[in-house]
Amino acid sequence: MRSSIQRAIKDILENRFLNAITIITMALSVLIVSAFGLFFLNVQDLFDAWKKGIRIMVYLAPATTETQRLEIGHRLQAFDGIQDIHFVSKADALRLMRKRMPRQSSLLDNLKENPLPDAFEVTLVSDSHSPEKIELLAQRIEGLPSVAEVEYGQQWIERFANFFNLFKLAGYGMGTLFFMATVFITANTIRLVLYSRREEIQIMRLVGATDTFIKVPYYLEGLIQGLMGSLIGIALLYAAFSAVGSQFQQNLSAEMVLIRFLPLSFCGGIIGGGMVIGLLGSFFRSNSS
Amino acid sequence: MPVNAKPRGAFSRVPLESKEKNAVIRMFHVHKRYGAKQALVDVTLDIVKNAFLYISGPSGAGKSTLLKLLYLAEPVSEGQIIVDGMNLSRISHRRIPLLRRKFGIIFQDYKLIPTRTVYENVALVLEARGQQRAMVEKKVKSMLRVVGMKDRLSAYPPSLSGGEQQRVAVARAVVGDPTIILADEPTGSLDDDSAATILDLLDQFYHRGATVVVATHDRSLLERGNGRVLQLRQGRLDLPADI
Repeated sequence: MRSSIQRAIKDILENRFLNAITIITMALSVLIVSAFGLFFLNVQDLFDAWKKGIRIMVYLAPATTETQRLEIGHRLQAFDGIQDIHFVSKADALRLMRKRMPRQSSLLDNLKENPLPDAFEVTLVSDSHSPEKIELLAQRIEGLPSVAEVEYGQQWIERFANFFNLFKLAGYGMGTLFFMATVFITANTIRLVLYSRREEIQIMRLVGATDTFIKVPYYLEGLIQGLMGSLIGIALLYAAFSAVGSQFQQNLSAEMVLIRFLPLSFCGGIIGGGMVIGLLGSFFRSNSS
Repeated sequence: MPVNAKPRGAFSRVPLESKEKNAVIRMFHVHKRYGAKQALVDVTLDIVKNAFLYISGPSGAGKSTLLKLLYLAEPVSEGQIIVDGMNLSRISHRRIPLLRRKFGIIFQDYKLIPTRTVYENVALVLEARGQQRAMVEKKVKSMLRVVGMKDRLSAYPPSLSGGEQQRVAVARAVVGDPTIILADEPTGSLDDDSAATILDLLDQFYHRGATVVVATHDRSLLERGNGRVLQLRQGRLDLPADI
């Protein structure tokens, strides 16, 4: 094995240009695929954070009496999936609006009467954040007497979820394409190396070398190419992340989510995947030669 | 046509006697065709252990082809060959390396790997057999000493003269202690001194117990050597005149 490793390293050094091209190609493929991974990871974090912040607003009909309001409050607390309810009177809502829109406060001052409805702000328990559960709960609340409207940003969440899933699908498709392209490129490099070494291989066969003895260094070469390509790809991504990640973070509300780099296990998976791709490329090529 | 090795003498005319039990190479009615061209025609031959045999004949007579059939660089078109108990017609692909390890092959064009040093070229044979690094080093250095190349361990073949390259090729051929040494025109492109050196080396390995088969068209080599001579003409094996 030691001599096979030495032969593999020697081969790489002797075919520097060819191997450099393969390693760079692999690095770029890994960079693109793992950049997608990094994007998904952080968008998923962001999405999860938004979902956690979802509250259902239950607006009451204008003629709702105090008794009816208390009754609605009791019935809301009895529903499964509701963690907490908070009553926001129409006066509180207007005060809040004034506070949030200080420049438009003069407009609000001119109002003859408060147009905002009384409402309940409903906080959900953590396992009730799936769109289906939220929708079901909203429908049940909407069925209560004196409830005028229920709002929870359903369409927005659904649209985002659909878009995100589509994007994920595109990511998987691109990942598969890059995987195939990289296997093909590695296989091609090994083919060129085998072609340049055909006389040497013939001599090795004539002196009694087995196919395994001849091919193992080429398998190792593919593994090394995969390892180097993945390491360089991840290093490039990390460098880019370090350079621009903090700027993204500043543009996001700090309480929402913290932008993070790929976890170690993910990086390990990419490196392992890169090595497998290198191995597959050399395996296919050396077994078809 | 069994070939006995001893006693040896220049252009030995000692009648050949059958020694089937002692035969290390047996060829039965072997034919080799390349398309319409007949390279070998009905060759039947026994070569006993520790023989020193020249296969002579003009260019194109089939000498190299005969050697190539023995180590399965080419398949036979018809007939059978048995090498040290292995029937080449029935040998599996996986066992071909085992067959080739029985041979030490010296090629006219040396067939050294130009990108490997002298040491690496010779060590390749032992590494391919999975021998330990220390043992490989010991054997390779010892063999390069025998052929007079111990000072050129780190040299690359293109930097060596033809005679030096052929000595490295001889070292590579014999470092694995082969049962049979096949030499295809081993002195074809060498000057007289280098040719004599190669011949002396082959003689040394013959005395160590190897079977040596040399294909050559060089009459001067036959005159200098001590082996028996078989003639090939247009792919047919001629009996020596006095048999």
